[in-house]
Amino acid sequence: MSLYSSQKFLYQLNRDPQLQARFRESRAAAIDDYDLTSEEREAFLAGDVGKLYVLGVNGQLLMHFAPLLGMPWAEYLEAMREGVRRHGPVRAGIYAMTTSTDEKVAGV
Amino acid sequence: MSLVFAGVCSHAPGITGRAHLAEPTLRDSFHAEFRAMGDALAASRPDALVVIAAEHFANFFMNNMPAYAMGMADRYEGPIEDPAWLGIARTQIPGNAALSLRLVRSVMQDVDVAYAEEWKFDHGIMVPLSFLTPRFDLPVVPVNINCQGPPLTPLHRAWAFGAALRRACDEVGERVALVGTGGISHWPATPDSGKVNEAWDRTFLGHWASNDREAMLSYSDEATYREAGQGGFEIRTFIAAASAARGPGRVHFYAPIPIFSVGCTVATMQVA
Repeated sequence: MSLYSSQKFLYQLNRDPQLQARFRESRAAAIDDYDLTSEEREAFLAGDVGKLYVLGVNGQLLMHFAPLLGMPWAEYLEAMREGVRRHGPVRAGIYAMTTSTDEKVAGV
Repeated sequence: MSLVFAGVCSHAPGITGRAHLAEPTLRDSFHAEFRAMGDALAASRPDALVVIAAEHFANFFMNNMPAYAMGMADRYEGPIEDPAWLGIARTQIPGNAALSLRLVRSVMQDVDVAYAEEWKFDHGIMVPLSFLTPRFDLPVVPVNINCQGPPLTPLHRAWAFGAALRRACDEVGERVALVGTGGISHWPATPDSGKVNEAWDRTFLGHWASNDREAMLSYSDEATYREAGQGGFEIRTFIAAASAARGPGRVHFYAPIPIFSVGCTVATMQVA
């Protein structure tokens, strides 16, 4: 299930204020019901946007995780670049990066 | 009565959420054209507004993904996103379940559309409404074409869906306006955010404005992904709007605004 489960968690998190509150209270408890790999689980526990991006999470789901973590737009973009620097290219999905890690297309 | 207004526009969340970061002159020109489209929409005296959007996992997910869906409620709410992030306060938007029911029944004669009696609007609908009907007082019929979770509906089916919507609008007693929202080329929500293929956009908009069905349906998803990014898949909403309107179109505004992550577009089309 893995990537599907990661994305399903974010889909439900983005929709459900109660799950958001649960996540703020205990990240481990919030993700407990989802069939995640240890790599995905660690990324959610750490709030590691860059790792989730590399694992292939759809950007339209991931970009709402950033404000939940208190991360402004510029930091969100940089977190994805840092993910690619550390873990290599995006492994799945349709949100692969086509610019270089030192490029800032919109200046941020 | 019939379809009384048609157009297309951008819906990127940065248009409202990151407005303060944009170059002011270009931003203000774009926002002014967006509001002028709202004036033209109001002048057509619509009873309801059909918004063909490409949503982003607000209501539909890969556990049960419809290619086409229409809302069928008397009330909706939005935005589903963090209101501070989007720059639009959470509000209720009127619907018209009875009208939706008649439209859905008619569309079903040709296209197996899903219906939804609950629907949370995301930026795909809320950003356009914030300019077109800023008091959120015109009843909306939300429509979604899946442009996010492949496999995606073929472009010729988006055309057929637009044609079915047109017939449905012409069958009902109400005056119906229709707006498609999305694309064109963009790489949203990625580190590439801000990248736009302006030449690709202008070519596509040319096909759209001349309502050249054959040219619009000639795009392949492989080429679109390569040249226009995953955001380019949203040309489906423009194609459906063109099929519904049938007339020539006019582009009132087009300019890439990188911090908005898209080639910002405002265009209307004659209902023919």
